[in-house]
Amino acid sequence: MADKFAAYICSGCGIGDAMKVPQLEAIAKKEGKMAVVKSHHFLCNAEGVQMIKDDIANEEVTHICIAACSRRAKTEAFQFDGVAMSRANLREGVLWVVAAGKEHDEVRQEMAADYVRMGCAEVKKMKQPAGNVKESSSKRILVVGGGMSGMTAALEIADTGYEVVLVEKSGALGGMAANLWKRQPFKAPYAEAQDTGVAAMVARIAATPAIKVHLNSTIGDTSGAPGRFIIQVAQESGAVVEETVGAIVQATGFSTYDMAKLPELGGGQANVVDQAGLEALAKKANGGAIKRADGKEVKSVVFVQCAGQRDDTGTHLSYCSGHCCGTSIKQATYFKDQNPDIDTVIMYQDLRVPGMGEDFYRSAQQKGVIFSKSKASKVTGGDSCNVTFKDLILDEENNISADLVVLATGQVPNAGVDLEAWNPIVTAAEGGNEEAKVQRDAMRTTSVLKLNYRQGPDVPQFKHGFADSHFICFPYETRRTGIYAAGPVRRPMDILQSTDDATGAALKAIQAVENAAVGRAAHPRSGDLSFPTARLEGCTQCKRCTVECPFGAIDEDERRFPKFNEERCRRCGTCMGACPVRVISFENYSVDTVGSQVKAVSVPEEDEEKPRILVLACENDAYPALDMAGLARMTYSAFVRVIPVRCLGSVNTIWITDAMNSGYDGVMMMGCKKGDEYQCHFVKGSELAHYRMSKIGDTLKQLGLEPERVQTTEVAITDNARVVKMINDYVAELEKLGPSPMKGFG
Amino acid sequence: MTTANQNAVERYRNNFLKEVEANVEEGDMVKMCMQCGVCAGSCPLGPHWEHSPQKIFMMIRAGKREEVLSSDSMWMCTSCYNCIVRCPRQLPITHIMHGLANYAHRLGLAPKGQPTREFGTLFWNNLVKKGRVNELTLTIGHYFKDGIAAGIKTGLAMQAVGLGMVKAKRLNPMEIFGGHAVKDLKGFHAMVAKAQEIEAKKKGFTA
Amino acid sequence: MAKKEYAFYPGCSSQLKASASNYLTSVNSMCEKLDVKLTEIPDWNCCGASVGYAEGGELPRLAINARNFALAETHLPGQDIVATCAACWLGSRETKERLDHTSQLMKETNEALAAAGLNYKGDVNIRHMVEVLIEDIGYDGIKKPVVKPLEGLKFAGYIGCQTNRPFGIAGESFENPKYLDQMVETLGGEAMTSYDQKVTCCGGALAFSEPEKSQKQIKDIIESAYDSGAQMLVTPCPLCQANTEVYQSEINKKYGTKFNMPVLYYSQLMTVAYGGSIKEAGLDGQLIRAEALEKICGK
Repeated sequence: MADKFAAYICSGCGIGDAMKVPQLEAIAKKEGKMAVVKSHHFLCNAEGVQMIKDDIANEEVTHICIAACSRRAKTEAFQFDGVAMSRANLREGVLWVVAAGKEHDEVRQEMAADYVRMGCAEVKKMKQPAGNVKESSSKRILVVGGGMSGMTAALEIADTGYEVVLVEKSGALGGMAANLWKRQPFKAPYAEAQDTGVAAMVARIAATPAIKVHLNSTIGDTSGAPGRFIIQVAQESGAVVEETVGAIVQATGFSTYDMAKLPELGGGQANVVDQAGLEALAKKANGGAIKRADGKEVKSVVFVQCAGQRDDTGTHLSYCSGHCCGTSIKQATYFKDQNPDIDTVIMYQDLRVPGMGEDFYRSAQQKGVIFSKSKASKVTGGDSCNVTFKDLILDEENNISADLVVLATGQVPNAGVDLEAWNPIVTAAEGGNEEAKVQRDAMRTTSVLKLNYRQGPDVPQFKHGFADSHFICFPYETRRTGIYAAGPVRRPMDILQSTDDATGAALKAIQAVENAAVGRAAHPRSGDLSFPTARLEGCTQCKRCTVECPFGAIDEDERRFPKFNEERCRRCGTCMGACPVRVISFENYSVDTVGSQVKAVSVPEEDEEKPRILVLACENDAYPALDMAGLARMTYSAFVRVIPVRCLGSVNTIWITDAMNSGYDGVMMMGCKKGDEYQCHFVKGSELAHYRMSKIGDTLKQLGLEPERVQTTEVAITDNARVVKMINDYVAELEKLGPSPMKGFG
Repeated sequence: MTTANQNAVERYRNNFLKEVEANVEEGDMVKMCMQCGVCAGSCPLGPHWEHSPQKIFMMIRAGKREEVLSSDSMWMCTSCYNCIVRCPRQLPITHIMHGLANYAHRLGLAPKGQPTREFGTLFWNNLVKKGRVNELTLTIGHYFKDGIAAGIKTGLAMQAVGLGMVKAKRLNPMEIFGGHAVKDLKGFHAMVAKAQEIEAKKKGFTA
Repeated sequence: MAKKEYAFYPGCSSQLKASASNYLTSVNSMCEKLDVKLTEIPDWNCCGASVGYAEGGELPRLAINARNFALAETHLPGQDIVATCAACWLGSRETKERLDHTSQLMKETNEALAAAGLNYKGDVNIRHMVEVLIEDIGYDGIKKPVVKPLEGLKFAGYIGCQTNRPFGIAGESFENPKYLDQMVETLGGEAMTSYDQKVTCCGGALAFSEPEKSQKQIKDIIESAYDSGAQMLVTPCPLCQANTEVYQSEINKKYGTKFNMPVLYYSQLMTVAYGGSIKEAGLDGQLIRAEALEKICGK
């Protein structure tokens, strides 16, 4: 079927009153070269939608441009299967943001006309993605780690009707929780320590046929992608069992911070234990009097919080592990419940008891646990331990003796290999360095997942060695599609949080196997059926795409060409932005779909004193912020032309040079927050864009342009007021700079 | 065990806390303080305390018995109840302060000559005498607490005020000869005596 | 409408020729207009007030308050106890709560009461006169008898501590209670809503024992009233009234201020608005005369 293009212009919502719609129709026809051009006074109503549907059915229209409201509005009405569609934003992008009044009629009309030109140009370069259904896609899910998080994930997945392969490195399920005497309360009235529930969970797993358990086993190798991961399960005996799964939940938990690193707090000395050590003593006591290793009954105990944690000297853990205050409270009640006369002192700096922990804290106070806001500086072990501390309320140095001292040390994640350390070693190894090769192989043995990915064997880490997952916007998501982190491997947490986390990760894993089976993208471009393809004959094997993909989706084949793993891809387009020879594209998003829009804008001559500024706005945050500015009827300059992009990471520098060559006066890029507090939906896209643009200065200089003409900014979704000011300030700055010297050469 | 260690053994133990729980009005709530300091910031006489309620509570937990009971701080309470309504843990701080002051007073550990301690004693004795407060004898008693010379001095200073009150019929000079009283004074005294007896027995005071 | 009847607990300061006798005078005048009948609890005694604790301890304090309850229960059965004094109300309510919640204290208290031949069953209800006005009479009821609206007069509503904390008036906040302002407006006066010291402590009983510290408090209370544009202070508390009125001259001496602000009770305002005389409103009992109000009485 031949391509047939149509444009539909809506005159509703006041568009028809403020703009000359017939003129827009003429532009779509003549300049946009649309075969069918129609306008409607209420395009999103049943009649308007039917008009479009009829054209698709009867006129064999295959590509449509809807010039009406923002692409983020009326998505249900304007959903037409099987056709490619672009949206020209006349309402939020023009009507609502250009100042009212006759004196602005001309610039408003020009802006609308450009958006119609851009919409037509874009759709002409688009293809409707064909999709890629895979019959053989696996829907089993691998859970790595059999602790509280792993067991919860396995049970949740199985309860939802999916098969689970559960791999646990030790000889029994239960993990850290199995070593606890009791856990912090998680049910009302949150006053008493409760049974851990581990035994019941282990029994349930044993009774669930859909869960296949591998004990004493580790992951020997992982290859493939969502829907087709091949896992080599390495058993203790040396035997290897191959399992095929569609997604992975990594619940590998934490290790305790090594007390031996805290000699000043008595680490390693007699009768000084960490919280795990105290659990062992309590388990041994089995409800009776807790005795020290030397058999003496404990009559007084001091808990030292934040031992080797929240350390600002750089020696120990800099973070708070979150659970330890609650854990010490729980452990103090072990003593108080057994014998109220035992002296229990908890030395804290800031008591942090998330969730309903406050009730537990009160309960312990009722039982007579003494809480002292103080900082311990020295602990000596022995028959009578001594703690030297500063009471922060009474502001005085003091010391206290006790039979036993418990150090609340923190959680250290079991996240596997740190890719930041891995990458230089691999590069050296690939360069032939023999020592690096040995190092690389040794490092790989410490990997948890042993991924056969170009970018390394484990999921990327973020701060302090925890698996990278955005804690607010997309928890559980790692930077490896189809692999989800749950529990303390992604941030410090207690049991209750871990089980919540595991439930969330289980759902994400289920989503992933379903998406993979139909070739659909996962969050945030949920449902997108497109995927990147490369014209390999033009590829220079520069490896930028394989190195820069935030999700490690691209491997290299034997000939060192990029090998796209469609199921791992999140469709951000960072590879497309990276490619210096522009051979990577999506069916519905490419260098051309955006480039043609850049070129479609009519750039006025210098003497008209109408600058043109290109705004490339991230569709996740910046574009909604601009829409919301319109919704709030804030006005910004009518000289800007906004093009939404999937991520700033997808911005190819050719768009910038094209714009400058065409006589635009400036280019403004709006992406999400980058860095340690990143909000980029594709984690690294915004950061990469900033980096790439920092290198564009030379190109501008060659063109005889000032570097200020290209700006890279960060915009949050809530920034509607700020984004308006940014635009207006930038336009004013450019006006001061004067028109681009490139005008008239385009 | 060395003396230093012996002392350390006594610190941050429950001993004094338990004593406060048993003998001080609302003392069983002291352990519930979470050391936020809102009380300290809410007290109108905050700048004049040596120890804020927050500190007093911590001192109790730290076992600083002498320091707490001889503190001037509780006596600064104006009974404005600001600390009570603002305490996120709903500790009856005002009552605990009163209770601690009373306990320290009964044990004879409260600071000698503390003006509010003396005025409070004067006030109670005044009201017990007749069942109702005699404002004139209360005032005179207060001014003469430091002896005759000081009393005359303070009395003179406040003379204008006193005369104004008399003129406005809000102070009766004749009250020095008796004034208002409950009729069943005998029953009233017996009741107060009985209440004191029960409380002394309960808290181990010598009556 | 039937007369509303209450067991009245006037308290020591409201007695004849005591520091708040003018409060009692105006309360009586006000209640007459509102058809409220107050019957004094026979042979009532002092509540112990806020400094009674030092020597009095806990149980003796509870006992003296419970004595009033027992007398009210016996002689005025079924009537709510109404106090006009903040300390009396607070002492009584505290006692009631303590006895309601702790059966051991209830037992011991009755043991002490028995020595006076009394017994408290635990049935009384303790109210403040302001509660009666707001909850039983209502703002509309307060407005009804107004014949001389307090037009053009500006009042800073000084509520103080003990009418406000820890119990307060239902539905009002501790930090910014608004009922006094609303009462002033109901009477046709102007409430200075920018007055920012309405719940500041005047020092209470410490005005006697710690005069320097208390007078600093009182200075802030008066100064802010002037800053807000008020001509007069209005309060529901006798100790607040006495402290803020009596010590103005002392403060003037110490700080060189020129304070001369009348401090009135809400009941005095109401009596004046209801057409009462200077005497009926107890305005003759002011150390700092409220001339503007007296003028209205003369109209």
